[in-house]
Parts: sequence; structure tokens; C-alpha cells
Amino acid sequence: MNIHEYQAKQILNKFGVAVLRGGVAYTPSEAKTVAREMGGDLWVVKAQIHAGGRGKAGGVKVVKSLGDVEKTAKELLGKTLVTHQTGPKGKEVKRVFVEEGCAIASELYLGMLIDRETGCVTILASTEGGVEIEEVARKSPKKILKVAIDPLVGMQPYYARKVASGLGLEPKTGGALVKFLLAMYRAFTELDCSQIEINPLVITKDETVIALDAKINFDDNALFRHKDVEELRDEDEEDPAEREAERHSLNYINLDGNIGCMVNGAGLAMATMDIIKLSGGDPANFLDVGGGATRERVTVAFKLILSDPNVEGVMVNIFGGIMRCDAIADGIVAAAREVDVHVPLVVRLEGTNVDLGKKILADSGLAIIPAETMADAAEKIVQAVKEAS
Amino acid sequence: MAVLITAESKIICQGLTGSQGTFHSEQAIAYDTNLVAGVTPDKGGMTHLDLPVFNTVAEAVAKTGANATGIFVPPVFAADAILEAADAGLDLVVCITDGIPVRDMQRVKRELKDSKTVVVGPNCPGVLSPGFGKIGIMPGYICEKGKVGVVSRSGTLSYEAAVQTTTAGLGQSTIIGIGGDPVNGTNFVQALELFLDDDDTEGMVLIGEIGGTAEVEAAEFIKSWKKKKKPVAAFIAGASAPPGRRLGHAGAIVSSGAETADAKKEALRSAGVEVADTITSIGDAMKKALGVS
Repeated sequence: MNIHEYQAKQILNKFGVAVLRGGVAYTPSEAKTVAREMGGDLWVVKAQIHAGGRGKAGGVKVVKSLGDVEKTAKELLGKTLVTHQTGPKGKEVKRVFVEEGCAIASELYLGMLIDRETGCVTILASTEGGVEIEEVARKSPKKILKVAIDPLVGMQPYYARKVASGLGLEPKTGGALVKFLLAMYRAFTELDCSQIEINPLVITKDETVIALDAKINFDDNALFRHKDVEELRDEDEEDPAEREAERHSLNYINLDGNIGCMVNGAGLAMATMDIIKLSGGDPANFLDVGGGATRERVTVAFKLILSDPNVEGVMVNIFGGIMRCDAIADGIVAAAREVDVHVPLVVRLEGTNVDLGKKILADSGLAIIPAETMADAAEKIVQAVKEAS
Repeated sequence: MAVLITAESKIICQGLTGSQGTFHSEQAIAYDTNLVAGVTPDKGGMTHLDLPVFNTVAEAVAKTGANATGIFVPPVFAADAILEAADAGLDLVVCITDGIPVRDMQRVKRELKDSKTVVVGPNCPGVLSPGFGKIGIMPGYICEKGKVGVVSRSGTLSYEAAVQTTTAGLGQSTIIGIGGDPVNGTNFVQALELFLDDDDTEGMVLIGEIGGTAEVEAAEFIKSWKKKKKPVAAFIAGASAPPGRRLGHAGAIVSSGAETADAKKEALRSAGVEVADTITSIGDAMKKALGVS
């Protein structure tokens, strides 16, 4: 789960991480009020969307009067920002964050994530602040400092000192960074984060260390023990179909293509998307119906797939495993009747009682195109969509 | 002689009395698995599926001599169940549970760093050795005793690999589903090591996916093989996945260049692995790598 920058900063601040003062606003006049109450003579108005690259897309503006705070908020609110992370459709700005300014001496990068290989929370730090860490990794991997934290020992000050000295900080700012890192690690573990990124981390002219931007991702598997975090969810930032899928514990992700797919198992679902693409088609979604491809789940899945107006055909690919194919076929037929699938539908079944399953599909009277293998199914759906258009 | 599950395996099920534990244990018994007991806290003393149920793993080990377990408990209790099994000295712990918080698995991984216990999973389909039995949810009927060792992050893709190697007449020594979570027990390298040392395994199928760098590490490991070598065929799922999106498995998210399907395929190819472009040709790729037609 993702949250907004201003929420991430509020959380980090509670744990003692240094951030600037600021407040969220939903309207231009609220933005002006926030700035007035904060005081000062320079503010930054920042669009709040769940995507990086806001600065380059014109979503972050420095202003010098209360009138300009209001004017800039008016420009940003309702505007659709397109960044390299939003996709071509972009994201509409519904909230802005008004923050006080600060005198920047230098910008650094600071991240915390779980390294899969070691299973440890690992600090990533670099003197290349404000640049994407992936880009730094590609161009100058030696500029990235990595420090792994033993989960049984937890964050020790010496880990943090290693980072401060690796970044070449002066004693005063180094000390501030140690305090910053200890607080950040506490937030990371206590809230079951999967990633925290501070980019840039700023050294100010008066030698303090401040999170100028902040991004937190949470481990979805652990949300059950953080109800307060779950309340920060912004449904406007999420695809409505993906939310609906989640309510039915289906895994659905909307993509840009025209061939819907319904598959059991995440790996098989990815392999199905791959084979559709190799056959000259373009997948409209990722959808894992899970192990129990029952009538109820298949019905919801069909509805989700067909709610995407770009879908011109559907490929169902189910490896029954322990589930019987006749039961799955019954479910598909009942669901296809209930939902009225109006586009070409190719079904590939494999598993126990597969012949019985195929017979149920053939005898259903529905225009289901049967397929023998995954490759056969992919070719057939690509062909059927071509012919129908 | 297959790996992990062999003629010596005496298996228990943690969570035997639950619905998943019951269903899949029935399947395992029907597949002639040597299931000797179940463990469910507070249900010790009862009999379920004709098996004795114990309160603790230690008790089950003391009374039955069990050396392996399959875990079917809810996510909140799963890390505790894995640690309990390792503490009782079991050789093999297979955790099927999906949805365990990563922080819990971090602790487990660190606690068991120097332990002799092999953990497979979590969030995996389990382990199956044709002729010796299974732990987990894999369908037995698609498998056949043979010479290919299969290791896969994805459950359903391991089934595809099983069907194809069976149809190709190769069969399997053991199928290991290592699971799709970012922090897990056995990785590709450890599974390949087991297969390399197993006399019955003549070649390996490796099924990976986008996210993480485990496949690249496997490629490095394969490159390092000197005297003892076995042919490997591989498939990587997720070539068409959009970057930055998590596709089902928590581990399947591309966050850097080295984690894409293309980068992994390239690494494996450079290690001499026969890489299949679609999952439907993994059987043929294994045949080619083994030099059989």
C-alpha cells in the first residue's frame, strides 16, 4: 500500500524524523490559510499524487506570496499530472501540500528496503540526491553505500555512523543523520514498511538534516496489525476495478491492451500475458483468480475484465491442479451466462477430469472457443479479436 | 533417490485439523505419502484422518520419529510454526501459508541462519517426489518418477513443467516450489545444489519470474560449476509486465534493471542454460539441454 508524501512525513515526524512544517489542502483557500498560519515569506506548493517525478512534471512550485500560494494551488488542483510513473493517462491532483521553504546546502539520497538475498532491512545512501537511485545504480554503482541491519540486533548507532562517514558528512550534520536514521528504522519496523525513500535528504545551510521528500510503502501482508495505517489509504489514487477485485480477494491489475485474461496462479497469469504478447496480442489485465476458481469468483472476474471498455476478447487459462475441471467448467459456464460475455471467449483447461470439463463447455450452447494448450489459446484469442474487429 | 522427500521421510502436518490441512493431507495420503501425525495446539490426544494429533511438534517427533513437516496454519501463526518445527529438530519444513508479513519471515530467516533445518516456502505449492510422496498442494497425477529436478517460484508454472516433462517421457526426481515471497527459505541456488548432488537427477528445470535477483544468482552459481555439471533449462515469467507494479506474488515487482525478465534470461543464457521463450516449450528446452530427442 502507498500513501501520500504529506502522510509519510506526518508518520516519520511522529517517530522523530526531521521534516519541514506544512499542511495539506483540498482547496486554494485552504492552501492560503495553511501558508498564512505557518508564516514566513517562502512556501512550496506540492501536488499530492501516488507517483514520483512530480517536480519535472510541474507539480512542485516555489512561491513567495500568500496570493501566489492560492493561485498555484488553484492551478494544480484538478490538473492531471503525467510523470514517468503515472503512465500516459496521468493522475488528477486532488490534494496539495503547502510546506515552508528551507536554505539547501546539498542534497543526498537515503532509502531503506528489505534486501531479498539477506532478508535484512538495508540502508541505501548516496551523495547523488534528487536523482532516481536506479539511475545512480546504472551509471555509478560505486556511489551507492549499502548497510544491512541484522534483524535480531536491530538498528545500532554504529550502523548509522557508517552511513554518515560514508557520505563524508561533517560532525554536526553526521550526528543529526545518526538521529534521523535511528528514528527512520524505528518507523520502518514498527509499521511493517516494505520501503522508505527520502529523496532528496537535504543538508541545510544551518547544518541540519531534513527529509525534503518522503515515500513510504507498506507490506500488504502486515496491514492487519496496522489499522491506523490502512485508514490513510486514498481510494482516489487506486483503480476502482482493482479495489473491487481486492474486496473479492482477487488479484487484478488493469493494463493498456485489449485481450482480457483470467488465470489461476500469479506465475501462470504472467506467463499467459507473455504468450498473448508473443502471439501478437496485447494483454488488458493481469488477473489471478486463485486456487478456488469457483462460480462466484469467476463471475466477479468476468465482470471486472469486461468493465474495461478496451477489452475485445477474453482468454481463460485454468490449471485445475487438485480442483476438478468439470467443477471449474460448470463455474465458467454459469458465470459466462450470468455476465453475458459479449466478446470472443477462449478457454483452456488442464487438470483432473479435463475431458469432462471440455464436454461441459462444448454442450453449454455458449460461443466458447476451446483450446488445447496455452499457445493454442493465445493464438486463437488473438485471431478471434482480429476477425471480430 | 530424489531430494528432500525420500524413502526415509516421516511427515507431520501442522494445522492438520483445519480445512486446508485436512483436505491436502487426505490428498497426500492418497498419494502414498508417509504421513505419521498432525499437530494442532490444544487438540492433542485426538485422532484425525486416522492419525494421532499432538499439541506440539516436539511431542510429535518424540512419539513418531518424524523428520519433516508441512505447515497449513493461518499467516499470523506461521512464523511461530516454522520456528517451532526447526526447534524440534526436523530436517525439512515446508510452509504453504500465503500472506505472512515480511518482517516475520526476516526474523525466521535470521534465526535459522545456521540451522540444519531446510525451510521451503512460504507461499509455495510444496515439494513432491514421485514414488516417495508429497508435502503441499501439488497434484500428484501430473507427475511421474523420472530424471528431471524442477524448481519454481510459481505453483501453477511448476505444474506446467511437471506435465511437460511427464509428456516428454523424462519424468521428475523431485519438484520444489520455493514460493513467491520476497524473503523465503530455500532459494534457487540451494535447490540446484540439492539436485546437483542427487544421483537420480540428470537435468534441472528452473522456473523464475520478474523481481529480485535470485535467478541471476542461480546463473552465477551454474557458471561456477566445474567438474560436476548437469544441464539446466529455464523459463522466466513476466516479460510483458509493466515496471513498478506488483503482479500477484509480493516478490514479483520490477524495481531495477537487473530484475526484468530479459536481464534474467540473458544471465541464464550466458551460463549455458537453455532458456524457453514460452512456458509451453519448457519440456522441449529440457530435452534439448539433455540432448535427447
